[in-house]
Amino acid sequence: MQNKKKLSLYIPQPEQRPGDIPDFSKIVIPPPGNVPRPDSAVAAHDIRDIAFKLIRVLDNDGKAVGPWNPRLDPETLKRGLRLMMLTRAYDDRMYRAQRQGKTSFYMKCTGEEAVSIAPALALDPGDMCFPSYRQQGLLLTRGYPMVDMMCQVYSNVRDPLKGRQLPIMYSSKAHGFFTISGNLGTQFSQAVGWAMASAYKGDDRIAATWIGEGTTAEGDFHQGLNFASVYRAPVILNVVNNQWAISSFQGIAGGEQATFAARGIGYGVPGLRVDGNDFLAVFAVTQWAAERARNNLGATLIEHYTYRAEGHSTSDDPSRYRPMDEAKNWPLGDPIVRLKTHLIAIGAWSEAEHEKQQKDVIEDVRAANKEAESYGTLGTNPPSVKTMFEDVYKEMPWHLRRQRQELGV
Amino acid sequence: MATMNMIQAINSAMAVMLERDPNVLVFGEDVGYFGGVFRATEGLQKKFGITRCFDTPIGEGGIIAAAIGMGAYGLRPVVEIQFADYIYPGYDQIVSEAARLRYRSAGDFWCPITVRTPYGGGIFGGQTHSQSPEALFTHVAGIKTVIPSTPYDAKGLLISAIEDEDPVIFLEPKRIYNGPFDGHHERPVSPWAQHPASEVPEGYYTVPLGKAAIAREGSDLTVLAYGTMVHVALAAAADAGVDAEVIDLRTMLPLDIDAIVKSVEKTGRCVIVHEATRTSGFGAELTALVQEYCFYHLEAPIERVAGWDTPYPHAFEWQYFPGPGRVADAMRRAMGK
Repeated sequence: MQNKKKLSLYIPQPEQRPGDIPDFSKIVIPPPGNVPRPDSAVAAHDIRDIAFKLIRVLDNDGKAVGPWNPRLDPETLKRGLRLMMLTRAYDDRMYRAQRQGKTSFYMKCTGEEAVSIAPALALDPGDMCFPSYRQQGLLLTRGYPMVDMMCQVYSNVRDPLKGRQLPIMYSSKAHGFFTISGNLGTQFSQAVGWAMASAYKGDDRIAATWIGEGTTAEGDFHQGLNFASVYRAPVILNVVNNQWAISSFQGIAGGEQATFAARGIGYGVPGLRVDGNDFLAVFAVTQWAAERARNNLGATLIEHYTYRAEGHSTSDDPSRYRPMDEAKNWPLGDPIVRLKTHLIAIGAWSEAEHEKQQKDVIEDVRAANKEAESYGTLGTNPPSVKTMFEDVYKEMPWHLRRQRQELGV
Repeated sequence: MATMNMIQAINSAMAVMLERDPNVLVFGEDVGYFGGVFRATEGLQKKFGITRCFDTPIGEGGIIAAAIGMGAYGLRPVVEIQFADYIYPGYDQIVSEAARLRYRSAGDFWCPITVRTPYGGGIFGGQTHSQSPEALFTHVAGIKTVIPSTPYDAKGLLISAIEDEDPVIFLEPKRIYNGPFDGHHERPVSPWAQHPASEVPEGYYTVPLGKAAIAREGSDLTVLAYGTMVHVALAAAADAGVDAEVIDLRTMLPLDIDAIVKSVEKTGRCVIVHEATRTSGFGAELTALVQEYCFYHLEAPIERVAGWDTPYPHAFEWQYFPGPGRVADAMRRAMGK
């Protein structure tokens, strides 16, 4: 009789939990510049190995090295730095506003600023973004008024979304920023549809979308990849691997057996894996993917390898499930510090300028917040309740008119 | 005018809209070269080209998501979900996304998509090819739900749905694709050609959404029905010898409440008929509305005839299907007979 082995169920677990000393020594960080940059017209099957590498440009001394260096002019780099600092200052202010009871909820993108701001600078203004909830940097980069963002967060009378959405679920067609859904992942496959429409119309605009590594477990991720592959949709599919989906480490989403970039391989979609805290590298891979899409060569899947430096949201307490100072130990550092170091290394920036800019962005945020708060914070000066019944349909049907009468507004 | 069955009328609606509006696209599983498992898209790819009518992967969530993205871009996609029973993988995209884009973006984004899908029983389709999920859509704020009962209405309503600025779930009663089946399954089925509503203009016309039709005028009682059950109700009225006024709702949401109230106030009696399971079915909403609007005109309790609250069983098609016998019984009860 055959001696059958007893089966056992495997449950992935992170290396460290609260109380443990953060240790990322098992994460292999290759030196920057060691991944070749193929032509953007390369066949997907010829670059499968890139999905398991890590595209990096900035070295520890702040030098830009290797074939992926996008060779950006200092002005663009300084613009990127300022936008990242502005976004972080904005996040800090709004986080505080939530703690002060001025709104119900907030989500920071601390440590992940490069993942939205570098692509926003690499894309054309007409390209359409289908973000997840942590890409506020897209809006700030594209010039959406910060006061409007704050009014949305405060659900006040000037909230462009009329108090209908949870804070941070912005929307602005004029800025190519699709309305954010709280149901994660739905935007991923919608972006593919938008890109198909653009291709169908012979337009020259492409789409880009962002999804967290945790949400890649949703069907929308796979259906989006499938449709993007089948119809060669001009879309950039970004996976932000920030290691944590609320309290679940990336292993729970399936990150232990393969990289998230490698999910593209089976679909015949190039998968690039990039150091998400390296502004230059993120810019470069976006540029590569955009060039490929614009040449009718279809989609690219990009895994941004980064770290969620703060809690998932104001409702979360990461000290309950991960070591307190993990973020400080993240081996790929901080995107703002790294870009600053680079700018100083090339002689385009100084500590003094940085310090001044830090004060400037805080002042910009303070001024915007002062104005936004003058229109009200949550519950103090809300939009007219009459508007609650509008925009359910283009024309209000009788039953909603009747319900509005019933409420007496 | 041409004589069309419901499939031909639906095909004609899409052909008319593909011709009129370059932003209209048709796609779904098997709809391209083959023309759909029910032939609703036959010839469209050949006539309008492969980018206007094409096949998709078997992924209803992906189909509807792609349509939403296209709608947000400015196109008017018309997608086919092969059977309504298969729509559930796309349900999140319909409920959380298509239905809410306009609201959550304060009118900044919307998606004028049409989701066509064959529904209903009477075809020995078993539990995964016979369901009537209309109440799952009427319960959702932000979408419209439409069910035609004749070729003429099918074409006119589908054109209205495609032109509508809101997402429309267009449920096609597949049992009456080829003829107005009245539930008498033991009798031969008459083809649409013998029915006046098979006279369908070949060109553009619309039947407005949100307007019911009176399928039969009468004075004894009011029947509220849609889809196949309109024809079942007509047969049941004849069988029961009741002068029923049969209201074909055509659009479940927005509902033509005026037509309902006017009829029930006239007759004082109401029988509600649908194939879908009874509990929390659309009939429950209709019952509540008739009670709210017509209570003092009612001379008898409102009757509901519906599918049993079981999955749709293959071997018991005619015990499950709410046929003319059950509808006639309900009519007699409403008449106090």
